[in-house]
Amino acid sequence: MNAIYVLWLRELKRYIRSRAQIVASLGQPILYLVALGFGLGPVFQKAGQGSYVQFVAPGIIAMTILFSSIFSGMGLFWDRQFGFLKETLVAPVPRIHVMLGRTLGAASVAMCQGLLVAIVCFIAGFRVADPRALPLAFLFMALIACLFSALGTAIGSVLQNIQGAQMIMNFLVMPIFFLSGALYPLNNLPGVLSVATRLDPLAYGVDGLRTTLIGVSHFGLAADGSVLIVGTLTLLWVGSYLFSRIQV
Amino acid sequence: MIQAKHLTKQFGQFKAVDDISFTVQAGEIFAFLGPNGAGKTTTIKMLTTLLRPTSGTLEVDGLDPATSPNEVRKRFGIVFQDPSLDADLTAYENMEIHGVLYHVPRKVRLERIEQLLGLFELWERRNEQVKLFSGGMKRRLEIARGLLHTPKILFLDEPTLGLDPQTRNQLWTHVKHLNQTEGVTVFLTTHYMDEADRVAQRIAVIDHGKIVAEGSPQELKEQTGRASLEEAFLALTGSTIRDEAATSADQMKQFGKLWGNRR
Repeated sequence: MNAIYVLWLRELKRYIRSRAQIVASLGQPILYLVALGFGLGPVFQKAGQGSYVQFVAPGIIAMTILFSSIFSGMGLFWDRQFGFLKETLVAPVPRIHVMLGRTLGAASVAMCQGLLVAIVCFIAGFRVADPRALPLAFLFMALIACLFSALGTAIGSVLQNIQGAQMIMNFLVMPIFFLSGALYPLNNLPGVLSVATRLDPLAYGVDGLRTTLIGVSHFGLAADGSVLIVGTLTLLWVGSYLFSRIQV
Repeated sequence: MIQAKHLTKQFGQFKAVDDISFTVQAGEIFAFLGPNGAGKTTTIKMLTTLLRPTSGTLEVDGLDPATSPNEVRKRFGIVFQDPSLDADLTAYENMEIHGVLYHVPRKVRLERIEQLLGLFELWERRNEQVKLFSGGMKRRLEIARGLLHTPKILFLDEPTLGLDPQTRNQLWTHVKHLNQTEGVTVFLTTHYMDEADRVAQRIAVIDHGKIVAEGSPQELKEQTGRASLEEAFLALTGSTIRDEAATSADQMKQFGKLWGNRR
């Protein structure tokens, strides 16, 4: 267990020391919030859907956690390139402990990023419908972070070059984000798109956050929570399996 | 302390290590020399549980790395050919992580870290991030880290690559001192023949995955009728420059890509 803790702590220390990364990673969510939140706000309101900032803020928080957790998890690739991975692979600890420490560290970093963006959303005018639901919202943030950190670790375990990371970004991360309903309501979508959104685990994360933060639900909290928990456990299993097969 | 019998490692059709056998006695400094791509690093990776042999048997301190990897890992320290420190952490934090990963009790860990960083003249810089260190300081830190859990065996894979003569001299002095005072068995690879001549009690020369000669530095010189170890090495392995693109590490990476990192 000490190995899990020390590797978790390592990820947090690296995050706190990387101020440039913290600032840079806030840029995209703020841009989405300002450009879309305020740009599309009047149209959204005219369509009778209420405040777009209120609607989109949970999606932007989920997006931040998605990007941060996947890329923190994929940090494994850099550890492979810069050698630290070997130090952990020759240590007398089960590989699953190494994988869990890294993944939980990546998830914690993503949670920190998500909380920072939540504060920015609050400054931009976002308001929580019922503060009593905040602990549940944090739980959903944590589930999203764990699920996608595990996915990032699984990807980092098999990623051989940086070109592969670009492909992951274009063909996995961006589709996950755009199909999640982070930017638009999932009601009345065309058939194929509706099926695709139902297959996207982030859609349940966004829905869970939206339910707890503004009281608007699509799938229902039980479905959201169940999919995220099953998805997290599955990806942790896949990640630990792929991690156990790493050769350096 | 270390025994390899008919050890072979194959990546696809390429045999990186081809039916080699050798023994390293406890407390010995053993040099494993060879040109680029000869199979040195692949052998070290098999000895240190990073790779499974295709065939043959291995024993490290009486244990099989394939069946008891964690027990074997407790017994050795390693300085890799490439850096393996976390450059964003401080020297102390790198040592601390290592100590925790190797289950060194907290009190002992703190004492050992202070002792080893002092020994390798890094104590004053312990709270600086490793990315601010010179190449020599990083190497010294890696050796200090490799010794933190008081291993019985120390693997040094080209530890002096890219270091200036002063740092190399200091490093080997430390290694010899450790061998003499703590009885640490040392298994090293290097391209600097003068270093091997100076520190190694016994040498095995590997080429194209096969051991082509074994003995003390003096015995190798006598076998080849050469005055220096470098001349003896060239006599044994030839003077043709090896194609670095075809090293075993590259073969391994290529094989991993093709077959999904199967062991």
